[in-house]
Amino acid sequence: MNFRLRVWRQPNAKAAGRLVDYEARDISPNTSFLEMLDIVNENLLARAEEPIAFDSDCREGICGTCSLTINGEAHGPDHPGAVCELYMRKFRDGETIIIEPFRVRSFPIIKDLVIDRSALDRIVQAGGFISARAGSAPEANSIPIPKHDADLSMEAAACIGCGACAAACPNASAMLFTAAKVSHLSLVPQGNPERVRRVLKMVHVMDAEGFGNCTNTYECEAVCPAEISASFIAKLNREYMRARLRASAGD
Amino acid sequence: MIVAITGIILILFVIGHLLGNLQIFLGPDWINGYSQHLRDLGPLLWAIRIFLFAAVSIHIYATIQLAIENRRARPEPYVDRNYVKASWASRHMVVSGLVVLAFIIFHLLHFTARKFNPRFPLLKLDPLNRYDVYSMMVYGFENVYVSIFYVIGLFLLTLHLTHGSSSFFQSLGLNDRKLTPRLALAGRIFAWLLFAGYTSIPIAILLGLIKPAQQL
Repeated sequence: MNFRLRVWRQPNAKAAGRLVDYEARDISPNTSFLEMLDIVNENLLARAEEPIAFDSDCREGICGTCSLTINGEAHGPDHPGAVCELYMRKFRDGETIIIEPFRVRSFPIIKDLVIDRSALDRIVQAGGFISARAGSAPEANSIPIPKHDADLSMEAAACIGCGACAAACPNASAMLFTAAKVSHLSLVPQGNPERVRRVLKMVHVMDAEGFGNCTNTYECEAVCPAEISASFIAKLNREYMRARLRASAGD
Repeated sequence: MIVAITGIILILFVIGHLLGNLQIFLGPDWINGYSQHLRDLGPLLWAIRIFLFAAVSIHIYATIQLAIENRRARPEPYVDRNYVKASWASRHMVVSGLVVLAFIIFHLLHFTARKFNPRFPLLKLDPLNRYDVYSMMVYGFENVYVSIFYVIGLFLLTLHLTHGSSSFFQSLGLNDRKLTPRLALAGRIFAWLLFAGYTSIPIAILLGLIKPAQQL
């Protein structure tokens, strides 16, 4: 298959970027999107040109490192799934493919398609953990957890922190990410002691990082490779209101 | 949350206002009596008006602030953008809201302050010495351009509410996996029912189904 690529090139964080056209020729339909970019880069290197910088790590959809907006959709047209799980057979032969970075002010571009998502790390550092005493694992049945809560917690914990929610959101809001991180700990007893502080601090840092606000368009859940439901955002809203009430009551 | 609560107040008003207006189909006696009843409330009517004005102002102030923050959160837009799920209405709440605001201002000047129509001052009281709201509405909507502007204003209100009338549940944390998609559908149906109810009045008047109670 042959494709015409229009790729965002930007030499560094400060420089202006622009779309540059490239040809991808003789690509197997079963090539993944990232392998296709590898092939294009090898050709660029052979011609002594600067290769396209893009992020990837595990290439099996679990690390959340790859972060491309393809034809206007975060992670490309094959939802749910990260870019590394996208195959060229999903495109038409001869198609023009526009590749851009995730565009969120809080994710500054480092180079070309590589962005800095440490804003998400700072949200987690604000409270997305439990302060448990380390040591050998306790007996599993000593803390009973209802099956429903455990399942819901696991569903939220599936978030891989890729940032596609904020990239796809019309308002560049990171609510789905924060909601998943708050929910998976607040649903289980281990997360309960820090429940109030956690949500207040994480929402505070989320706002301070300059993300937008949620206006319930649900674009985030449509592109999420881990299929995190926007109902966790409603849960975050509940957690936040509960915490504000408790904090004002002096708890 | 502020937007959600003020939004609910305004939705309740829009429902009540429609029920009041639909009395035009029951004849002059009904709607003239209804409006006389509202005016008889006196200070309470003004309290309600001030309360609604406050709700509108807070709703707009809070949403404009949100919109500015949201705009700042993505300074460089995408070259290419393809929305998978977000509806047009949900992405254009500010635009639809501002058109509705312009419509409300016109509507208040038109039927509350009774401007723009040379025949409004000529209207006499009805046989029971009440203001003849019935004939005023008929003469007001007989102007095709006025009616068209009303339908446009109501269409944008409808788009605004296709998103807003279910979105507030999510903002207030009221969500359920089975119920939420149904609420979204119910919100759309609700918004279009309002549209049908409100536009039925100017359309019925333009079609000549409702005639003025007094000739000018």
